[in-house]
Amino acid sequence: MAGYVFLLILILSVVGYYVGRSAGNRFISGTGAGAGQVVHSLPGYHGAFVAVWVGIPAFVLVLLWLFLQGTVIDNLLLASLPASLTEGQSASGIQLILSEIKNVAAGRIFKEPTPEIESAAAVYLRWEAIARWAMVVVAIAMMLIAMVVARGRLSPRFRARNNFEFVLSALMIFCSMIAIITTIGIVASLVFEASEFFRRVPFNEFLFGLRWEPQIALRADQVAGKGAFGAIPVFTGTLLIAFIAMLVATPIGIYTAIYLVEYSSDRVRATVKPIMEILAGIPTVVYGFFAVLIVAPAVRDTGSALGIAVSPNSALAAGAVMGIMIIPFISSLSDDALKAVPRTMRDGSLALGATRAETMVKVMLPAALPGIMGGILLAMSRAIGETMIVVMAAGLIASLTVNPIDSVTTVTVQIVTLLTGDTEFDSPKTLAAFALGLVLFVVTLCLNVVALRIVQKYREQYE
Amino acid sequence: MNQAANAEAPARSAETIVVDDPNMNPIRVAAKDTSVYYGQKQALFDVSIDIPERSVTSFIGPSGCGKSTFLRCINRMNDTIDGCRVEGLITLDERNIYDPSLDVVELRARVGMVFQKPNPFPKSIYDNIAYGPRIHGLATNKSELDGVVESSLRKAGLWEEVKDRLDDPGTGLSGGQQQRLCIARAVAVSPEVILMDEPCSALDPIATAKVEELIDELKENYCIIIVTHSMQQAARVSQRTAFFHLGILVEVGPTEHIFTNPKDERTHDYITGRFG
Ligand SMILES: Nc1ncnc2c1ncn2[C@@H]1O[C@H](COP(=O)(O)OP(=O)(O)OP(=O)(O)O)[C@@H](O)[C@H]1O
Ligand SMILES: [Mg+2]
Repeated sequence: MAGYVFLLILILSVVGYYVGRSAGNRFISGTGAGAGQVVHSLPGYHGAFVAVWVGIPAFVLVLLWLFLQGTVIDNLLLASLPASLTEGQSASGIQLILSEIKNVAAGRIFKEPTPEIESAAAVYLRWEAIARWAMVVVAIAMMLIAMVVARGRLSPRFRARNNFEFVLSALMIFCSMIAIITTIGIVASLVFEASEFFRRVPFNEFLFGLRWEPQIALRADQVAGKGAFGAIPVFTGTLLIAFIAMLVATPIGIYTAIYLVEYSSDRVRATVKPIMEILAGIPTVVYGFFAVLIVAPAVRDTGSALGIAVSPNSALAAGAVMGIMIIPFISSLSDDALKAVPRTMRDGSLALGATRAETMVKVMLPAALPGIMGGILLAMSRAIGETMIVVMAAGLIASLTVNPIDSVTTVTVQIVTLLTGDTEFDSPKTLAAFALGLVLFVVTLCLNVVALRIVQKYREQYE
Repeated sequence: MNQAANAEAPARSAETIVVDDPNMNPIRVAAKDTSVYYGQKQALFDVSIDIPERSVTSFIGPSGCGKSTFLRCINRMNDTIDGCRVEGLITLDERNIYDPSLDVVELRARVGMVFQKPNPFPKSIYDNIAYGPRIHGLATNKSELDGVVESSLRKAGLWEEVKDRLDDPGTGLSGGQQQRLCIARAVAVSPEVILMDEPCSALDPIATAKVEELIDELKENYCIIIVTHSMQQAARVSQRTAFFHLGILVEVGPTEHIFTNPKDERTHDYITGRFG
């Protein structure tokens, strides 16, 4: 039903467009009202103006209608139910009755309904039908009125273009607002839930505690620890893995960029660049099983061949794979930074008899350093926030260590494990996920802001 | 210069017209049938020219005629351009500079270059000058390096202006000072030849006058080749002038000769302002 209404809105908008446009055409040919005046807008804008006024208000109305209809009908239904049915029921009991009525109305009968329920279902069906048709009628009426009014406003001097563009810009503002409001909402809920958590677990204990054992009992009969929410081991785990990742990615990324900018031939560049883009496009879950199935066993085997005991979920394996994942980031940002160094600078150095390597080390790299640093920081924020690889390849036990062949856990892994499975939304265990999320958000936000600042400032330096 | 207009209209010549000068200095750089290609496109056609030492030779000609291209052949900066190919023979002190046994780094130390736009490195003034000597190991200790920096800055007429702020960034100088810094930087590796590609085109008249004065002094010790769009500048600073047109070296001779009595129709048209 709603689908047909939207189709109808679309059709009437198109009709409105043609009505407006033909009016505009008549203004131009000078046969309509107010002939002889200079026409302000092209006919297409007259059409668009009418179409917009026909379509958008009706669209909004239908959306609101669909949104509110359910609640309104429910309330009416409740009010009409015989008192014997609702007497002494709790809120959830009433919800149960409502859903039973709806089930009966929809023909999904699980148990023989009482006559009261059956009559209520009939009432419900009738009201539903009324509401639906009422919506169609109101929408059509509204569109017709809008069409007449909008058409009436058209005249040769009418600023249809400006009006239409005003609506367009309002629409764009609305769209961008959606993103902004969602962001604000997410941050607000993070802060709110995290503050709930901090009401249960002291802030200091969370930030500076050395033990992370969030698996507390949900039910009285469960066997579980008492719970400890010191996030230091989780943070060190995150930093350790991110550090290993940067250790892998930074030199490889920068050397790749240097090679591509200074040494490679056009043909090599034309092949390597797309391959790097493919690397950047691989889903992280694929990296994840690459880490679990190939890299981690390889690290382990190498370790045992050397007589070192390597944990199966070593930080080394997860970090190394994550490093490979962020190579394209670093290399493409370093590439940009090196390319932004003016060619005259490089030529100046070469003309003094410096070799290409000397030019790179003494002139290009120092000049591009801020840009490269920005790239590294951005990559780091990626590494810290990365989830899938570590969920698959890193451990779950939060041990406080900086040994790369031990198993560590990360903030993101903990968030995932805290929120999957048996959860209860007011236990500190679940709320801890929000606190971790908040910390993660703040850290990556800071890194991004600093990195973007650096990159931007550096861009300005060479126009 | 207007005498040229009065002279009888010269004809177009197929060959490069060379007017010799009896008291010309010995030849330092010589090119023989040099052609340059950018990919498929030929930018220079069989250029042959002799360039004397301890004097200034200027290259003039309309935009796109290949002046910069030829200048870049002399220190092999064309090697850094993808798809650029040089044919023919260019010699520096009778040694083929495109000989595979010759080290291009060594060549560029002997043939310095100053670019159109001042391009100091984003380093201190001192480090800008010391860059070349450090790379080539020209100074064995700090005081020797200080000496090289000072004498180069003095030769470029910049010492008095910057001696108190050698640690300031070179990019903080004015445009004219930056260009003289670049000249000092080139001089610091004691080259034999200095190539200048429109060194004054980004400078105001006063800075231009300073650089021209400097060129005039430097010619006592160096072989200087300068590309310029200003015929007044060519007339002021150079002893010999070469006129390029559409990739062809049309005419080369003593500057006053080119400007007062050009032998070729195209040279005549150019210096009387009929094209370019
Ligand atoms: N890097 C390059 N790649 C391809 N073609 C080039 C390149 N550099 C120059 N050319 C071409 O070679 C020809 C000569 O260029 P060149 O720069 O030598 O001219 P010019 O005489 O220095 O001009 P101007 O006075 O404008 O500096 C031009 O047609 C130009 O388009
Ligand atoms: Mg040029």
